[in-house]
Amino acid sequence: MNGTMLITFIQQSIRLSSTLLLGSTGEMITEKSGNLNLGTPGIMAAGAISGIVGAYFYTSSSAAFSPLLSILITLGCCILGSLLTTLIYCFLTITLKTNQNVTGLALTTFGVGLSNFVGSIINQRMGGTGVAAFPEIGKAYRTTLPFADKLGIFGDIFLSYGFMTYLAIVIAVIVAFVIAKTRVGLNLRSVGENPATADAAGINVDRYKYVATCVGGIISGIGGLYYVMDFAAANWQNNILDQFGWLSVALVIFAVWRPNIAILGSIIFGALYVVGPFLLGLSTKDQELLKILPYVVTIVVLVIISMRDKKENQPPESLGLSYFREER
Amino acid sequence: MADVRTKQIREPLIHITKRDDVSFAKSTVIHLIGIAVALLISSLLIVAITGQNPLEIYKAMYEGVIGTPIANSGINKKYMESIHQAAILLCISLAVTPAFKMKFWNIGAEGQVLMGCLTSAYCMLEFGGKVDNSVLLVIMFAASVVVGAVWAIIPSICKAFWNTNETLFTLMMNYVAMTLVSYFIMVKDKSGRSDLGIINERTGYGYLPNLFDRNYIFNILIITVVTVLMFVYLKYSKQGYEISVVGESENTARYIGINVKKVIIRTVAISGAICGLVGFMIVAGDKHSIKSSIVDGQGFTAIMVSWMAKFNPILMIPISALIVFLSVGSKYATSAFRIDNSIGDILTSIVIFSIIACEFFTRYKVNFRKPKGRGKA
Repeated sequence: MNGTMLITFIQQSIRLSSTLLLGSTGEMITEKSGNLNLGTPGIMAAGAISGIVGAYFYTSSSAAFSPLLSILITLGCCILGSLLTTLIYCFLTITLKTNQNVTGLALTTFGVGLSNFVGSIINQRMGGTGVAAFPEIGKAYRTTLPFADKLGIFGDIFLSYGFMTYLAIVIAVIVAFVIAKTRVGLNLRSVGENPATADAAGINVDRYKYVATCVGGIISGIGGLYYVMDFAAANWQNNILDQFGWLSVALVIFAVWRPNIAILGSIIFGALYVVGPFLLGLSTKDQELLKILPYVVTIVVLVIISMRDKKENQPPESLGLSYFREER
Repeated sequence: MADVRTKQIREPLIHITKRDDVSFAKSTVIHLIGIAVALLISSLLIVAITGQNPLEIYKAMYEGVIGTPIANSGINKKYMESIHQAAILLCISLAVTPAFKMKFWNIGAEGQVLMGCLTSAYCMLEFGGKVDNSVLLVIMFAASVVVGAVWAIIPSICKAFWNTNETLFTLMMNYVAMTLVSYFIMVKDKSGRSDLGIINERTGYGYLPNLFDRNYIFNILIITVVTVLMFVYLKYSKQGYEISVVGESENTARYIGINVKKVIIRTVAISGAICGLVGFMIVAGDKHSIKSSIVDGQGFTAIMVSWMAKFNPILMIPISALIVFLSVGSKYATSAFRIDNSIGDILTSIVIFSIIACEFFTRYKVNFRKPKGRGKA
């Protein structure tokens, strides 16, 4: 691997990492409230397709194209879409106390199905060329700082990304801070660890769960949007996002429920995912085998943290369990 | 002071209490209402998105599933195909059930079935023609069952000894299995198309025989036996009882002398073994091929089926039939109406949402605040 390839490799790893980072930061907030949301892949897909729908209506309207407005519209649609999808999960698991695993899996089926369906309709309306593409919006998302390419290697490695990459890191840092250092974070953690105790302490358990899961869903959804708009340059492709959704769920464990560790973790996962073509002399089949690594590494981390049994590295105590006051 | 407080406390509008038990009739009614609501929502969605008449689409779905008989042959192929698909889904649901009953959230059925498929396909390629066909089938069967069980035992051992989160572990194992299958195909495939096509197409080595001149009968027979066995195992055997006790409370189980670790590992091994068996049936009795998407998400759907049936093997039959009706039917309807077939996933998930929501109304009772006396108003 020579110098230019190394830089391209780092750039691609970081690009992909933003999707995973947003996806897993969202899932971490959700899990901290005791909700294991296996619907994350579905939410990411739904968020992404909502953005695409926004893009479709914006570009087909007669208004003159404005990059800023296109970003705002797609981002707004994405937030709305992922919020609505997450609300299905919230209503079922929190208000109706259904099983979280089952609801989450159904939500993934729903979100991925919906995105494929809407994606194919938009594709048909745009002439049926196989992909729904919005090159101008992709360019808007990929706009870098004007002086980034004048700074040599430093600029290439640190400043060559669209704004969402930095947004992802900022969100992760803020979330890490809120969870670890603030009262809201403390309350949230107590809801996830032991909702009955939190309830007795006067915390509104249901409200915390709703807000945390919705905020988490929105952040995950933005992760989906990032992938489509920036990484894939605003090309919609069916069935592409669910694997990144599952990788995001894996990353939550890898980063032991800490968004700040997930920043590094997501870059490692991203690197493992894109490294194949960069290792010259490696056959296609061995490249395929490399894709196993993020999952195997996650399994190893999961087993090690359970073996070491250190309190601060465990999943939230009541993760995956519904809370009903009268069942205490 | 106390006076002011009591004035401010108001009874909430909706108050939820737990039901003791709900009669079978009442629960059936609640679920039927739920399914009706789901179909209504789906219809509205169809109208909103496609502008087609939803009744036409449902009719097309029905035709797609039940199928029109092929003239003079007496064989109704689509019909059999649909039954077979429902049976496969049923069998995976049965497989995950014992583990779920124990509150072991094995969501790795997809991977376990896939490993069964992979093993069967491997044996077909490796031993096809070298041994007698019946011996080959036995080898495929045994190997798939063992590999499926092993794939499930790995997380269960970690769960039993270190309380590793099994949901996340088994989930990851699915993707390990999928990658292994893609790798296997790339290794075995010399043409570079990343697709093995139909294995042993000319020779038919490792194919389950047709019974009564029909496809699938062999698989359906196996699955019928598994259903009955699973029903008896869960309801009447000592091990079935141990599973329920461990599921209710591990401490109780320990107290009455049940070896919890042993029960966890054994039960999950059974789950995995049946998944492996399903893999064998898919490859030997139906697809005769292998690809990483061969299980097609049924491992996940089965989890929902098992849950919706409240772990009752008999109830799983109509539920898997309903799910297959929706997915097979929509595939047909969508080709007839030229809309994307992912609408099947949307319909299925809406129905699942509403069925699991029904569970709330069977477990809890919603009490509304009694209207205030008219005198006050």
